[in-house]
Amino acid sequence: MSTDMVTLTIDGITLSVPKGTSVIEAAKQAGIVVPHYCYHPSLPAPAVCRMCLVEIEKLPKLVPSCVTPVAEGQVVHVHSPAAKKAREGVLEFLLINHPLDCPICDQAGECELQDFVFQEGRAGTRYGDEAKRWNPVEDFGPDILYVTNRCILCTRCVRFMDHVADDPVLNVSERGDRAYIGIDPGHRVDHPWAGNIVDLCPVGSLVSKDFLHKARAWDLDKNASICTGCTQGCNIMIDTRDENVVRLRPRPNLEVNRHFICDVGRADYRWMNRGDRVEAPLIGEGDRLHAQDWDVAVERTVAALAAAAGDAVVLIGGRASSETIGWTLQALEGRTVTAAMKVPMGEEAPLAGVPNLALRRERAANLHGALLLGADAPWEAALTVASRAAVVVVLDADLDDAEVEALRGAGIVLHLTTVADPRLPALRAVLPITSVAEEQGVFVNRDGRAQRYLPAKTPPGMARPGWWVASRLWAAGAPDRVAPDTATEALQRLPAFSGLSHRDLGFVGRIVAPVGEAAR
Amino acid sequence: MGYPHPIHPKETPVLSTHFGDPDARSHAGWVARGGYVALQQALGMTPEAIVDEVKASGLRGRGGAGFPTGMKWSFMPKDDGREHYLCCNADESEPGTFKDREILRWTPHALIEGCAIGCLAIRAETCVIFIRGEYTEPYRILQAAVDEAYAAGTIGANAMGSGKRIEMIVHRGAGAYICGEETALMNAIEGKRGNPRIKPPFPAVAGLFGLPTTINNVETLAAVPAILTRGAAWYAGLSLSSPKSTGTKLISVCGHVQRPGTYEITMGLPMQELIFDLCGGMRPGRTLKAVIPGGSSVPIMTPEEVADCATDYEGIAAKGSLLGSGGMIVMDDTTDMVYQIMRLARFYAHESCAQCTNCREGTAWTTKILERILRGEGKASDLDLLLDLADNMTGKTICVLSDSCATPVVSGIAKFRDEFDAYLSGARAPMTVGV
Repeated sequence: MSTDMVTLTIDGITLSVPKGTSVIEAAKQAGIVVPHYCYHPSLPAPAVCRMCLVEIEKLPKLVPSCVTPVAEGQVVHVHSPAAKKAREGVLEFLLINHPLDCPICDQAGECELQDFVFQEGRAGTRYGDEAKRWNPVEDFGPDILYVTNRCILCTRCVRFMDHVADDPVLNVSERGDRAYIGIDPGHRVDHPWAGNIVDLCPVGSLVSKDFLHKARAWDLDKNASICTGCTQGCNIMIDTRDENVVRLRPRPNLEVNRHFICDVGRADYRWMNRGDRVEAPLIGEGDRLHAQDWDVAVERTVAALAAAAGDAVVLIGGRASSETIGWTLQALEGRTVTAAMKVPMGEEAPLAGVPNLALRRERAANLHGALLLGADAPWEAALTVASRAAVVVVLDADLDDAEVEALRGAGIVLHLTTVADPRLPALRAVLPITSVAEEQGVFVNRDGRAQRYLPAKTPPGMARPGWWVASRLWAAGAPDRVAPDTATEALQRLPAFSGLSHRDLGFVGRIVAPVGEAAR
Repeated sequence: MGYPHPIHPKETPVLSTHFGDPDARSHAGWVARGGYVALQQALGMTPEAIVDEVKASGLRGRGGAGFPTGMKWSFMPKDDGREHYLCCNADESEPGTFKDREILRWTPHALIEGCAIGCLAIRAETCVIFIRGEYTEPYRILQAAVDEAYAAGTIGANAMGSGKRIEMIVHRGAGAYICGEETALMNAIEGKRGNPRIKPPFPAVAGLFGLPTTINNVETLAAVPAILTRGAAWYAGLSLSSPKSTGTKLISVCGHVQRPGTYEITMGLPMQELIFDLCGGMRPGRTLKAVIPGGSSVPIMTPEEVADCATDYEGIAAKGSLLGSGGMIVMDDTTDMVYQIMRLARFYAHESCAQCTNCREGTAWTTKILERILRGEGKASDLDLLLDLADNMTGKTICVLSDSCATPVVSGIAKFRDEFDAYLSGARAPMTVGV
């Protein structure tokens, strides 16, 4: 056994953890969640909620497991009578001034106060008829309300603003049971990462105005995804209610975004619910587009491609998956292909307390996937080539009027897209593809980390993943070609990903390009 | 001296020798009374020698915990290359305690001298005296004395010409009781909210501004000069009962005695003599009902327990209470114990820093229950509830404010249960509980 490891026993389970680990984290590894409120793995631990008290043999008092380091031979009892009574007492103290307005509280169903009271709390109240503390609701920021009465003063929000956002506008005001979370006069909680305090709040005290009274937690379907807002590649959950995306929340990935996402990414979901989607393949006949089934659409599109000999240009939107980009380029094999991703630019907004975490200037999720796959032409250069190319494929890219105009000289234009664009000239095919919310795929972030995302809702009509469409165009081009059947096969057959499957990427991703190499 | 009271024959004036003598407040006056001889002596000693002398004297912390001072000083790291700090806790805010105030008002140079020696003992060049914000007169006097000591060169960059630097900063509190808790005090000096810190790390490892720090009470530091000039053996010999409690102790007595005030006794003086001889006993026609011997945070004592109690750390502990700060609250038979306990609980509820759940909610809830008992709205189950809440508030929080609220409740119910029952049964008329 290495001297850097410590062996201890927690509720009869003996395990070894690295020296310096807190008892609460060691317990997690033993499969035991010690109830807690103020402790959060991405924040400094103040040990104020007193909820995570555990009994450690040979120590005179119960200790907060969040700030107690493991020690060799330690024997910890999380569920001893003394520890349970202490936590039951804390829960009772937390509840006496808590409004119990769960039926109208957004947090209900994912509330740590509900959960732990259900688990370890008293069945009845001893508080009697005394009035509860009351304070009005405060408007903290653009998307944050503070429901003072529900607050349990865990101070996670204060510590996030102090130590992580480095924008210390929140504080604990007053003393005793009059205490509440105060905001510096003249300030708002409008830091670009401030929305995280809503997630950090273990109860329904900090709530999102955007999500307010929108859905009950238990009605939501939750699926792992990747934020499309920029090249950081923050891990998120997409929460849907009846096929509607109702909110995005951070999904922990200690390598990329810890437990946080920025407010730009958080708010960027309404496009996932667009109703004006292309639902069937549309094939150009004369100057009209006609809906066709996929077999006909593929056949006609391949025929149009065969007739348009010459160079090709692929104009790619920032949310195109690696699979889609790779197979689209594959479908054009044999031609000289110029491929570029459109990258809107914005202000960089770093999160001070987390190294290498920022809302990046490049607002395209898969820029580095595109570069890795060879779609590395400068955008303006690609547009210039497009104006005289035989074939232009617009791959779910939003083009402005000038960019549309640049396509006037193109031979034929194919549109693989979620939303139709009637301005596009020389359209021979509009092929409906799924959005990030509807497919499984892989993005590569700015550090060369390939990360997968999962479908969160059903695609509209006949829409298919972009790789599915592109690979069928490729396969139809020659009799010996077999298109991939699954997203993971689509990925594995791309040389840039060295045979990696989606399963190999897991939920933390894998570095596929050395850091820096994929950077422009 | 005629003020505050003539020294009683059973007192042992060491710290209080010059109480009431305005001339002792000035630097010249202090030097004329033998002041700064000890500092001169200490400047010629090694830190180890000072620590050893104080260890030998048996001096223990006078702020309440009674931790041996020399041992505390010896915890400071040696040759660590970092700056050290001495903090002097002059945030005397415990209800019933006003003994440090007399040192600050009458003999500020005794404190400055003690602080300077403390700095030498722990290798600190800076002492921060954190004084209670409400102590306006003591603050003016202390600040004037510090200014004078600087002007005289007694402290400063070249203390008494020794080449050693001793800086002294007087920092005023802003009215929070909790800032008397040692780590909350350090946060307050640093400009942060005065919340107690988690220990470990202890101040000797990471204290003020994260640097090794020792914090001592006013009375503790003020006792040090005499220990150096008169010798540890003399100080250790000042003991009437337990040899573990040595020296003199200032006891501030308030409540229903004929002569409330601050008295200096040799450790171990019978409490009965303190109350009935020094303080003149109860008011005419009244009898002793209860004593809170060491500031409001300690268990309440009954007359039976007082009768044969030696006033020192061990003597009071043997009776189930604590010497604490030496702030003694004496109550006679006119006292409504339920009301007094409610007042104490209300104080702690008001002063809880709100960090720990048990304290923030428990102190306020305890107060509400006591108030409703007084209003005649109590329930039979309320006493058991109070005791269970007290258990949930004891030993479970970062500092002991929560425990301090629970202590008088538990001892009050144990020793004066009939008064609670009288309210619960309606035998005693309900009272209006003011704010």
